[in-house]
Amino acid sequence: MSPLRRRLLFGIPLALAVGTGEVFYIILRRMQANSYDPRALPSPLIGHRPPAFTLPGTNGLPGFANTDLLTPPRPMLVNWFASWCVPCQIEAPMLAKLAQRIPIWGIAYQDTAPNLAAFLAANGTPYTRLATDASGLTAINWGVYGVPETYFIDKAGIVRARWAGALTDDIVANELNPLLAQYS
Amino acid sequence: MRRWWFLLALLPALAWGQTVTRDGVTLTPAQEARAEAIGDQLRCLVCQNESIEGSSATLAKQLRIIIRQQVVAGVPDKSILDFMVQRYGIFVLLKPPFMPLTWLLYASPFLGLTFGFLVLWLARRTQSTAPAPLTEAESARLNELLK
Repeated sequence: MSPLRRRLLFGIPLALAVGTGEVFYIILRRMQANSYDPRALPSPLIGHRPPAFTLPGTNGLPGFANTDLLTPPRPMLVNWFASWCVPCQIEAPMLAKLAQRIPIWGIAYQDTAPNLAAFLAANGTPYTRLATDASGLTAINWGVYGVPETYFIDKAGIVRARWAGALTDDIVANELNPLLAQYS
Repeated sequence: MRRWWFLLALLPALAWGQTVTRDGVTLTPAQEARAEAIGDQLRCLVCQNESIEGSSATLAKQLRIIIRQQVVAGVPDKSILDFMVQRYGIFVLLKPPFMPLTWLLYASPFLGLTFGFLVLWLARRTQSTAPAPLTEAESARLNELLK
């Protein structure tokens, strides 16, 4: 066996193992830093306007339709939530804080008016409009697969980001704030 | 006897007229089989490793209803799958389609095989040529040693 061949036989698998290890290390480090979630799905809605819908309001707040989202005066959030959803309760203080900086419209997913009233009384109302999707069919058209989910909509009415699960300080700092700076 | 033949002739009609009700939608057994075949190809996004057919999540049930309603309405399989991909993205398909994003995935067995052959080729031992025949002096010494 020539020395070159011997070196290749040792070097190629070693380089491959080191390369793979490096990739896994980067993935794990980014998972720890909360900048990568392997279970997160990219939304097909990103880069598009939300699909057609008209949903009634509830709890004294007006509902809205997709036509109300065409040209918002400022970038805004649409937050899907439900009174029966525990992460939504955890998210409530974050939404209350964000509501001072950005308009948030809510859509209650498969919920009832009395349960919603109790939830909003306990957690506060960060929403300027509140629609209710009792059947959950509008949620399917949006591609919502769980609550809470939050969509960032720019001034052209185009969805720029979707976060599945409760918004965290990391998401606000690393993703929402840059988006706000870009699209305000 | 003739009456029996008549009843016997009607027997297949019994199977044809039968319907099943799944998740509140009534359909024929053939339609139900089609709906199940479609649902088996779709990932339940709530549990991520179950098909829509196998999942007990509320969303999976709603999607089963939509599939069955579309099957009854005569929508082709491809359009029903496209309906799901349009909403939930390519991840909803349990079998990923062949596309730029999945080239590496589908090429990996061939890449692995190529790599294996490369190692095999590098590791193969050079054929040792037969040693030159012994000279007279050497064979004499060999005989001496073997005595």
